[in-house]
Amino acid sequence: MIDEKNVLIETKGLEKSFGDLKVLTGIDVQIKKGEVVVVIGPSGSGKSTFLRCLNRLEEPSGGEVIFEGRNICEPGVDVNQLRQKMGMVFQQFNLFNNLTILENVTIGPKMVKGMEEKEANQIAMQLLERIGLADKAGEYPSRLSGGQKQRIAIVRALAMNPDVMLFDEPTSALDPEMVGEVLSVMKDLAEEGITMVVVTHEMGFAQKVGTRILFMDGGQILEQGTPDKVFNHPENPRTQDFLSKVLNCI
Amino acid sequence: MSMWEIFTNYYNYFLVGTRTTIIVSAITVLVGFVLGCLIALMRLSKNKILNGFAKVYITVLRGTPLLVQLFIVYYQLDFIPWPKTTVLGIALDRALPCALALSMNSAAYVAEVIRSGIQAVDVGQTEAARSIGMTSSQTMLHIVMPQAIKNILPAIGNEFVTMIKETSIIQYLGVSDLMYNNGIVMAATYDPLPCYYISAIVYLALNLITGKGVSLFERRLHRSDR
Repeated sequence: MIDEKNVLIETKGLEKSFGDLKVLTGIDVQIKKGEVVVVIGPSGSGKSTFLRCLNRLEEPSGGEVIFEGRNICEPGVDVNQLRQKMGMVFQQFNLFNNLTILENVTIGPKMVKGMEEKEANQIAMQLLERIGLADKAGEYPSRLSGGQKQRIAIVRALAMNPDVMLFDEPTSALDPEMVGEVLSVMKDLAEEGITMVVVTHEMGFAQKVGTRILFMDGGQILEQGTPDKVFNHPENPRTQDFLSKVLNCI
Repeated sequence: MSMWEIFTNYYNYFLVGTRTTIIVSAITVLVGFVLGCLIALMRLSKNKILNGFAKVYITVLRGTPLLVQLFIVYYQLDFIPWPKTTVLGIALDRALPCALALSMNSAAYVAEVIRSGIQAVDVGQTEAARSIGMTSSQTMLHIVMPQAIKNILPAIGNEFVTMIKETSIIQYLGVSDLMYNNGIVMAATYDPLPCYYISAIVYLALNLITGKGVSLFERRLHRSDR
């Protein structure tokens, strides 16, 4: 079903425990280039942990994560090298408070990739212009709204020119009226064909932009498929229950 | 004699003493700060040996009097061939061990302040930096430390002021700092009170200037909050 050559990320029996608490109990999934995989599920189901294991912000307790053909959990893998290729966007934005917006975007290319200041600035300004925040380049993050911060955070990750973008509930900490601006940037990225893995509670986004939905609960993937299949014809009773609660909450 | 008379007759002693105090204080504050950063990083390290060393260091240096530490360092390190020269009226063979002892003491306090500052920086800052491929030392140096320093600057400034005052202890090893020269003037005039007043004013002035400097720096760092 999946063309082996196009597989960007694969997990085999991925497990993660915190002490006695088993958060992930064996995740097997393949993510192809260009896919927009949206992970949904109740709180505490392990969605974020799964995402954070992909770039080893959480160290997996067992199983394998294979990125671009290489098991990244093996000893001797340069995790910093790996992370350059995986952009990550956090729920709490996590812009560097001590740097200006421009510096936030350029620090990665300059410090990690060794890019010249001039080139890094040029790339950063192009990206900032795309999201309409070029005029904020000299400001510090404390001057921006949540939506602006999150768009900058996306741009900061993009500046590294990653092969995949990981989104960890990017709109959950935003005021409702700012959700749209962030989702629209993400939608643009999806349309450009960037591979994305998105953990979210935005079901509308999942349905419209996702190419594949993963439903997680209890540290496992219980159901997956196209948005149409998962949202309109869910088979697993837990998926049905979850969707009935989030889609028709009143 | 009045304070003014003593000052006009013996101002040279006070000036030279003040110069020594400033030099020793500056060295102590700088070396103490750098050493304190290292101890703080060791204290936060996952390496059990480094962590344990830092813990013991902080406990011992905070748990014993500075005067005792001063003499222990001085006598314990007497095998080191300290230069027998005098620079700006300061005998290096005595001033260097003194500066070392003061720095080591200061480092213990600075380390605890820095540790609390680093721990107060949101872990998300570190995660974001690591997620774009920065190494842990790049993250510490360029993201975490600058934010930590900003938060702890008042406490650090406090420590600087304390150290300037604490340098007065080096008179006991015959380093000709302000208090040592204060003693000389007292012996010459048999009039201690005005001498102590003059010294007190000098220390106060030094610390007001230091405090001002720290708050200027603080304002600069807080640009990102506006």
